[in-house]
Amino acid sequence: MRKTATALAVAGLLMGAGTAQAQISVKLGVLNDRSGVYSDLGGEGSVVAARMAVEDFKAESKGIKVEIVSADHQNKPDIGASITRKWYDQDNVDVILDVPTSSVALAVAQITKEKNKVHLNSGAATSDLTGPACTANTLHWAYDTVQLANVTGGAMVRQGGDSWYFLTADYAFGHALERDTSAVVKKNGGKVIGTVRTPFPSSDFSSFLLQAQASKAKVIGLANAGGDTVNAIKQASEFGITQGGQKLGGLLVFVNDIKALGLKVAQGLNFSETFYWDYNDSTRAWSKRFMGHMNRAPNMTNAGVYSSVLHYLRGVEATKSKDPAKVIGWMKANPFEDAVFGKGYVREDGRVMIDAFLLEVKKPEESKGEWDLLKVVTKVPADQAFRPMSEGNCPLVKKN
Amino acid sequence: MSSGTVASEGADEAPIGAVQQTGKSAKKLHGMIFIGLAGLLLIAPFVLYPVFLMKVLCFALFASAFSLLLGYAGLLSFGHAAYFGMASYIAAHAAKVWGFTPELAILSGTLVGTLLGVVFGWLAIKRQGIYFAMITLALSQMVFFFCVQAKFTGGEDGIQAVPRGHLFGLIDLANDRVLYFVVAAIFLFGMIAIYRIIHSPFGQVMKAIRDNEPRAVSLGYRVNQYKLALFVLSTALAGLAGATKAIVFQLASLTDVHWSMSGEVVLMTLVGGLGTVFGPMVGAAVIVTMQNYLATLGAWVLVVQGFIFVACVLAFREGIVGLFAKRLKQPL
Repeated sequence: MRKTATALAVAGLLMGAGTAQAQISVKLGVLNDRSGVYSDLGGEGSVVAARMAVEDFKAESKGIKVEIVSADHQNKPDIGASITRKWYDQDNVDVILDVPTSSVALAVAQITKEKNKVHLNSGAATSDLTGPACTANTLHWAYDTVQLANVTGGAMVRQGGDSWYFLTADYAFGHALERDTSAVVKKNGGKVIGTVRTPFPSSDFSSFLLQAQASKAKVIGLANAGGDTVNAIKQASEFGITQGGQKLGGLLVFVNDIKALGLKVAQGLNFSETFYWDYNDSTRAWSKRFMGHMNRAPNMTNAGVYSSVLHYLRGVEATKSKDPAKVIGWMKANPFEDAVFGKGYVREDGRVMIDAFLLEVKKPEESKGEWDLLKVVTKVPADQAFRPMSEGNCPLVKKN
Repeated sequence: MSSGTVASEGADEAPIGAVQQTGKSAKKLHGMIFIGLAGLLLIAPFVLYPVFLMKVLCFALFASAFSLLLGYAGLLSFGHAAYFGMASYIAAHAAKVWGFTPELAILSGTLVGTLLGVVFGWLAIKRQGIYFAMITLALSQMVFFFCVQAKFTGGEDGIQAVPRGHLFGLIDLANDRVLYFVVAAIFLFGMIAIYRIIHSPFGQVMKAIRDNEPRAVSLGYRVNQYKLALFVLSTALAGLAGATKAIVFQLASLTDVHWSMSGEVVLMTLVGGLGTVFGPMVGAAVIVTMQNYLATLGAWVLVVQGFIFVACVLAFREGIVGLFAKRLKQPL
């Protein structure tokens, strides 16, 4: 009896010593759309990306225990908000990742600030996250609307597409995209010939496309998203718009959309992403691993989740704590380099600065594989791609 | 639309004359249920997560308001999201931009729900059955597109970061549990109001109209005025629920005015039990619980939801509470 007691005590001591090293345990929550229209963009792929980051960081051996949970916000802000509150209040989640759909992301960012946790967003488009709605607890990875407009607008004008005609989805988001892009087009010496407002959502773009075709503009800008964009691209191909010499500029398109549309329909479309799997050796190697888990190529949202988890864990390791102010402070102070985005850094307003690409969809005969869909037209450096901090109206910046 | 037949197949199959005396034992039972409910509401936040409970309560009130119209007047409104969502926008806007205290914000939201109900009801009441449902749907779609376009709703982003504020300028609602008791009080108030409406002489006339409109007309009732009055009461309560939800979640978004919200409330009512007082709140609790606790299942949430609906329709068409009511041989 005594023997067992001593043995237990010794074992207890040993275990105590063992755990003394592994003191920090971090819980990451991937909150995204897992059943609706955006499930193919984030969904399980973002969970895989987060897991890959933990693997690559070798968190366990560095004394950081990482647990990953996930949930479906169904693109509804109230469901997203209640999951977020529950995660923070009851389940001890430290970081919320991904969160596509701007309305949900803004809600999550607010609660994250209130509860003093960390939100690393890479799924939402709204530039308000690092603008008027910025908080000290939220960092915005991957992309935003201003960057999409800057890269697609600016780079296309520089490539010779200097006259634009917009197909704008008639609601706040479409208007914002159109406004930002036309500003960029004009700044780069191009001109906007005309614009037509399309009802949202819309399934028939034929009359609008004909107007755009007749305008003889060199570029037709699609200031819309999701199903609208897909419909517009399909119908544009039926009218032979890109074959007729006009270019199609998509303002919110993901590589997955191209895969769904097919090269025959989408060929010649230009758009921007901050990540393309086939860009260089390290992105190819990383994407191959990703495809091993997911059976589809990663997009910039998945890459964003990977990169953000990696940088966060570095912060936790360096500061030996998970205090949001400390870790985020470290993340902002130290630039990063990883397999997906290369070099990057985090700005004071929470914007993550990485280079962006202008991409063009290949012709069917140019494609060599299932996912060989795009070619990189040009690379735009981060400081030209994203909105300057002074123009964002982020209250964090004003203070300084 | 089959709404009329569905309604009459519901729990109280009694003819018009008999309904008037909701037997003494039934009244006693209802009283006990209300007391039990109040007790449950008191204990619940110490067991379950308050924010989740508040959501359940908001939807329970919304579903009960909807079912007041469908269950007791046989009017299937397929556009209740309009009043719910619009009230939620107005309450959010009032609290955030105009700096209203929460109770005034909720009141202004409710008021807008009511006014909208007056206008839409006045238009829709002129038709019956499926035409009535279609008119309400069309009008609510108009509200949806208004919300997509209007400046103050923030389009896709919705109204975010709505302050919870201080109740009457005194009690800080930032604490979830404090807010919970306010929401529970609003919910109880709404439920008692619904119960009173159903069991008032006015409610009896409504049931008479539901069961046999021509006879009600021949008895000298101005049927359309009664319908409109009930419609407005229903939209006011839906507005109350929506406005409360905006304060709870500190946001108002397009989800609440979308037509699928109108569909969801029909689902809640049918699962819980059509033509019962307590059914819709049970249905709402079931649906909201699924949405919340099954969120980790991802895409399977909708499949499970559909499966439950199918099972419900096949196995107990009266809904969960309707089933109990049948067993007890008492209207619930």
